[in-house]
Amino acid sequence: MPTPFDPMTPNPYRIRRAHRETHDTFSLELETVNGDGALSFAPGQFNMLYVFGVGEVPISISGDPQQPRKLIHTTREVGAVTRALRRLKRGDTLGVRGPFGTHWPVEECAGSDVVIVAGGIGLAPLRPALYQLMAQRERFGKLALLYGARTPGDILYPHELQRWRAHFDLDVYVTVDRGESGWRGNVGVVTTLIPRAPFDPHNAVAFVCGPEIMMRFTIQELEKRGVAAQNIYVSLERNMKCAIGLCGHCQFGPTFVCKDGPVFRYDHIKAWFEKREI
Amino acid sequence: METLERILAEHPFFQQLGPKYMQLLVSCASNVRFEADQYLFREGDEANHFYFIRHGKVAIQIFVPGRGPITLQTVGEGEMLGWSWLIPPYQWRFDAQALELTRAIALDAKCLRTKCEEDHDLGYAFMKQFALVISERLQAARLQLLDVYGVRA
Repeated sequence: MPTPFDPMTPNPYRIRRAHRETHDTFSLELETVNGDGALSFAPGQFNMLYVFGVGEVPISISGDPQQPRKLIHTTREVGAVTRALRRLKRGDTLGVRGPFGTHWPVEECAGSDVVIVAGGIGLAPLRPALYQLMAQRERFGKLALLYGARTPGDILYPHELQRWRAHFDLDVYVTVDRGESGWRGNVGVVTTLIPRAPFDPHNAVAFVCGPEIMMRFTIQELEKRGVAAQNIYVSLERNMKCAIGLCGHCQFGPTFVCKDGPVFRYDHIKAWFEKREI
Repeated sequence: METLERILAEHPFFQQLGPKYMQLLVSCASNVRFEADQYLFREGDEANHFYFIRHGKVAIQIFVPGRGPITLQTVGEGEMLGWSWLIPPYQWRFDAQALELTRAIALDAKCLRTKCEEDHDLGYAFMKQFALVISERLQAARLQLLDVYGVRA
């Protein structure tokens, strides 16, 4: 008899590949300990990664949902657990709970233009959505990726961005807040890309992920261009612990980011998004 | 071939000025082209033109001794470049360098300044339009200052 799914029990996974993306970000490619399992997930969902003896953190899944055997997470070293994650090497094991949370509504975008606005590490939870959109490219209208990073050296997945840019059916715009000598790309905040991107604002769905302040200004710019609040989706980050809506650590107004999010339709959370106290 | 009048008339910036001024704008406009790395203007020069970028990309830079040119922002297709022509002492505050082959429409600001003084409706229309550009640039610059992607200590 199969073991019933227990969302609170971590499953052991082994690191198949660990590699640095930028000076402070890295990706871990995981496989089940016996190597024959797969973890199906939807773009935008997250897992709880447990470094034994250190602690557990929520990390978005950044791999391809069509390749569930290759479970990839990209994160940044910001605290004790992510620093410990960074030290793990190929062959080490860690605990995985998930996947949890809501997802980017890729299927519902059929027939619409899709504009993806990512800032910094926010590109990681959006990458699975891009994979899915590209896998069914003919079902969507125009597709644009607008990505902002701090400096050219902070650009995540640069090779993949170049590959995507080579597609004739995906418009990729990259900008950095601080240009360095030799950089000949765009300089300026990611919001400055929104007026330039080719999409029909009245028939477009926007997926936005990045620091909350970047999302706030991005939403303003999208709305200014004419994208309706109900067609804007954001991914929020809060202090998630249980990941199943029990502990309340990630409460956001009347919602829990772990189970009602992390992906929210903007008009559903607009009232709380604009509250400084939340 | 696209005429200057048609190009200007189709752009929202010039549309806001109204059809009344279109002939005047056309008489002050010319097509210009800059090769990659060529400077459109340099800090301290007289600001006697502003540009509507048709194709290409221009870096707005400041030269820092010991560090060289620092790009603060890039301006691309469909965007306006330069507002120092409107505010005394009418000198460029920054350098502007084409990063790639750039085609633009240059507007003779010296001529327009005089017209704006003579016709305050035109002056007000220009001020309103450029106030919008300046406020957008200011907001973007403030966001850049926030360093939103930096790790919080």
